[in-house]
Amino acid sequence: MKVRVKFEKLGAMKFIGHLDMMRYFQKAIRRADIDIAYSEGFSPHMIMSFAAPLGVGVTSSAEYFDMELRSVMSSHEMTRRFNHVMADGVRVISVRKIPDGKASKGMSLVAAADYYVEFRDDKVPSCDWQNQLSAFFSQASITILKKTKRSEQEVDIRPWIYELNCEENRIFMKLASGSVQNLKPELVMEAFYRFLNEETQPFSFMIHRQEVYADIGTPDQRKLLSLESLGEEIE
Amino acid sequence: MRKLALNDTILLKIDKPARYIGNEINSVMKDKNNVNVRFAMCFPDVYEIGMSHLGIQILYDMFNQREDVWCERVYSPWPDLDEVMRKEQIPLFALESQDPVKRFDFLGITIQYEMCYTNILQILDLSQIPLRAQERTESDPLVIGGGPCTYNPEPLAPFFDMFYIGEGETVYFALLDAYKENKKNGGSRKDFLKRAALIPGIYVPQFYHPVYAEDGTLQEFQVLESDVPATVQKQVVMDLSDTFYPENPVVPFIKATQDRVVLEVQRGCIRGCRFCQAGMIYRPTRERDIQFLKERASEMLKSTGHEEISLSSLSSSDYSKLPDLVNFLIEECGRMHVNISLPSLRIDAFSLEVMNKVQDIKKSSLTFAPEAGSQRLRDVINKGLTEEVIIDGAGKAFEGGWNKVKLYFMLGLPTETAEDQKAIAHLAENIARRYYEIPKDQRNGKCQINVSTSFFVPKPFTPFQWASMCTREDFLNRAKTVREEIHAQLNQKSIKYNWHEADVTLLEGVLARGDRRIADVVQKAYEDGALFDSWTESFHLAHWQKAFEQCRIDPEFYTIRERSETELFPWDFIDTGVTKAFLLKEWQTALEEKVTPNCRMVCAGCGAASFKGGVCIESKS
Repeated sequence: MKVRVKFEKLGAMKFIGHLDMMRYFQKAIRRADIDIAYSEGFSPHMIMSFAAPLGVGVTSSAEYFDMELRSVMSSHEMTRRFNHVMADGVRVISVRKIPDGKASKGMSLVAAADYYVEFRDDKVPSCDWQNQLSAFFSQASITILKKTKRSEQEVDIRPWIYELNCEENRIFMKLASGSVQNLKPELVMEAFYRFLNEETQPFSFMIHRQEVYADIGTPDQRKLLSLESLGEEIE
Repeated sequence: MRKLALNDTILLKIDKPARYIGNEINSVMKDKNNVNVRFAMCFPDVYEIGMSHLGIQILYDMFNQREDVWCERVYSPWPDLDEVMRKEQIPLFALESQDPVKRFDFLGITIQYEMCYTNILQILDLSQIPLRAQERTESDPLVIGGGPCTYNPEPLAPFFDMFYIGEGETVYFALLDAYKENKKNGGSRKDFLKRAALIPGIYVPQFYHPVYAEDGTLQEFQVLESDVPATVQKQVVMDLSDTFYPENPVVPFIKATQDRVVLEVQRGCIRGCRFCQAGMIYRPTRERDIQFLKERASEMLKSTGHEEISLSSLSSSDYSKLPDLVNFLIEECGRMHVNISLPSLRIDAFSLEVMNKVQDIKKSSLTFAPEAGSQRLRDVINKGLTEEVIIDGAGKAFEGGWNKVKLYFMLGLPTETAEDQKAIAHLAENIARRYYEIPKDQRNGKCQINVSTSFFVPKPFTPFQWASMCTREDFLNRAKTVREEIHAQLNQKSIKYNWHEADVTLLEGVLARGDRRIADVVQKAYEDGALFDSWTESFHLAHWQKAFEQCRIDPEFYTIRERSETELFPWDFIDTGVTKAFLLKEWQTALEEKVTPNCRMVCAGCGAASFKGGVCIESKS
């Protein structure tokens, strides 16, 4: 059976990189005595796949990985077992059954993600950035210079910003994410700083990922559902 | 959530911030207001190396079992963070509480190799603790050193308040109790050190004074305080199956050098190789009970989630219940999808059968450490391995599908001649020939023989403590002889050769057998910029050359000088159980090219029997 694990990654755990988080969960699965399935061959490995790698320094309320189990327990029991062996800052939120087949490929499903961006106390722009944000978002196009290893290219990122607004002192953004189009919140902020005519300073804001979505709509009409809601509780 | 000592801006700027945040699985958090003693346990190298060390894991677990003690960990900040901490005046902190080390009661530093000495000064410096014990005040932590290098603590003596000579499991609790008692009575730092010096195994350097003769050798090692003993007794755990061993070792987030469960099966070694310090100072050989090991293995695998377990000891093949233990692990680990790693195994039918089960033959290689090329020289160093055994072992392995061999040797051993050096190439050639004896259709492509040589460093408390070292040129010429002879072999294309640096070796030689005057050199080199000397990319000889000049110390006095049989050594005040008379006899036997049988065959009377345990009281078969 395939299950999807949703977990949060907060506090100091944001300094643990993506590959180390995978290693962390490989060990956690053993500590929690979860009956995961292994691949065949001389050096078998756990059958699991992580969705949407998170950058170092970013916290998250919605990290996901899928794994194949040999024998199954209730969602409640597996969540309890995980949380019994977690490090401070990582908490498993849910373990849900997902259908075999296409839906199980967590990574390729990802279509969008929600982020909160918050300025550090001493790095809040002095201007009226809250009102400027809606002006920034109402532009027909937002071009940035995208640097790749080989070239620099002007790209319009406006189509990949699905929502952008202000919630108290934080900026909320819903962005295209995943293997087809992937827009990082840092790039949006870079464009916004330029719009404000302010210099981008390193480490001036904190990013938090709030949710990751799959798109189950049509090419014309997006319909975003959280990866978690595609699974169902195991009683 | 804990507040980190470093802010986000710093942590996002430096390499591998996970080195500095603590919070690992099985790390121990306590309320600092509910403990009496705060102990910072330090491995003076980068996190990934330090976290791989079993000794600290044992002591960390042991200390934290006491409710009145909180033991935390400290490692060397990498140069990128070092720079930031100096610039911003951030004091070095312990990983668990993230509190400055300078507020602790103790700073314990394990000293595993000579090339970490400047890192020790970095730790003190960044902690904002005065480098020299004499300059410290009542508010500074007590700095205590332990580990193999403390068997000659003299080059570091001025930097430490105390050294713990021997295995940590025995008197640390007595030391902590004495500290609590002294604190309760309002005693001073000096009061405590006087008390500590009376505990067996504790050496307080400021109570001793070396006097040198005109020729520069040690004349006398004066005791300055009346009650303080003239000799310090090495500490050993006599029952290794009824002592501290962690059930929940700390699991790092980032990949450490040793990213696995480590099971120490025994301490000491019965072999008595004459160059090997560990083989002498950890006498007598003591085994852990197999039941104890089986239980700990299962517990540690469960509590860590590690995917690999490794046996640890100086010579695992000599563990008497090895087949039993290995079969248990194969069964247990197979069920849990855990890999088994078996270093330091003698290559024989049993180990090949085991390796066949636990390793991928295509990827793994066979390792032999003949240490010397010729049988004559192997007799001198008392390395029992014969060419016949090596060829036979390699042959069996080749027939079983292996095609990679690693060979380790030393160059610059006592009495070594060009013939001995060339014999290294001949041995490698003979192994290659053995491989090509196998019919072409039955062998696995070409064979790959990797020959590595390191340069020999005489160590205190070994029969070779009297030996002189080679000069730099002499070392490099020896490596050249080996290289040229390998190139002259028929199968030279199957043999790869690499050799170690000579400069680092010579410096290691000075630090290994140095006296208290060397401390000035270490400090000067550090102040000039020497740091992470054990890392090739950060080792700069110039810092050290300058330091020797400034201190007017000739390094060759410590390396190439001939030592007389009657010379008083700086480390002679330590009693390891193995007597100087035995070591001297072994030195003479070595020069006669005669071997001494191992401890299980016959007792050579080294003196370790005074501990009344281990192999010394096993019935001889």
